[in-house]
Amino acid sequence: MKSFSFSEHAIDTVVLRAALSDPHAGACAVFEGWVRDHNDGRPVHGLRYEAYVELAEAEGARILDEARTRFDIVKACAVHRTGDLGLGELAVWVGVSAAHRDAAFAACRWIIDEVKARVPIWKHERYADGAAGWLHPDA
Amino acid sequence: MRVRVLYFASLRDAAGRDEETLEVTVTSLAQLYDDARERYGFAFPRERLRVAIDGAFSNWDAALRDGAEIAFMPPVSGG
Repeated sequence: MKSFSFSEHAIDTVVLRAALSDPHAGACAVFEGWVRDHNDGRPVHGLRYEAYVELAEAEGARILDEARTRFDIVKACAVHRTGDLGLGELAVWVGVSAAHRDAAFAACRWIIDEVKARVPIWKHERYADGAAGWLHPDA
Repeated sequence: MRVRVLYFASLRDAAGRDEETLEVTVTSLAQLYDDARERYGFAFPRERLRVAIDGAFSNWDAALRDGAEIAFMPPVSGG
């Protein structure tokens, strides 16, 4: 299984969590990003993600490799959705196993922050008033 | 020389296409983007974009070569 991958369909967290298991691991930290019903004060009805998949998978894998170097962890993986998502759907999943919880929490937080900053994925939001647009935050 | 250019997100919407093959005389990525920006009215100056050649991030002064695949990427918003 690729350490960082994309899914066009609902993410199966049971399979992902099982892949983190290891006799050396005494802790598992997971981050789930969900589709919420508002952004910057505007009601949101849903969204679509698109990615430059070839480069995004490579950059995501680099982030996970870096995490294994920076933190004392056992396993790490992440999956990001593409395509159309409704409110409440799981958009991104990051999971880390480690011998102890400190490293698991820290690595999980670091990975999702790096993914958001570095991986070529774009969010297109649909608003309640019928408008829609790409999010291109100021870096 | 001939290059393939990929556009993503709002750049794709502005260009009205997700890719195109161009016969170009410019020799740098920066010139290639500046020409596209003028042609399609892209909002972003190139300082706000990232660029890739053949599936790997690049800097703007990298040289173009025949057959290269170039991707212009606006600020990302995953997660």
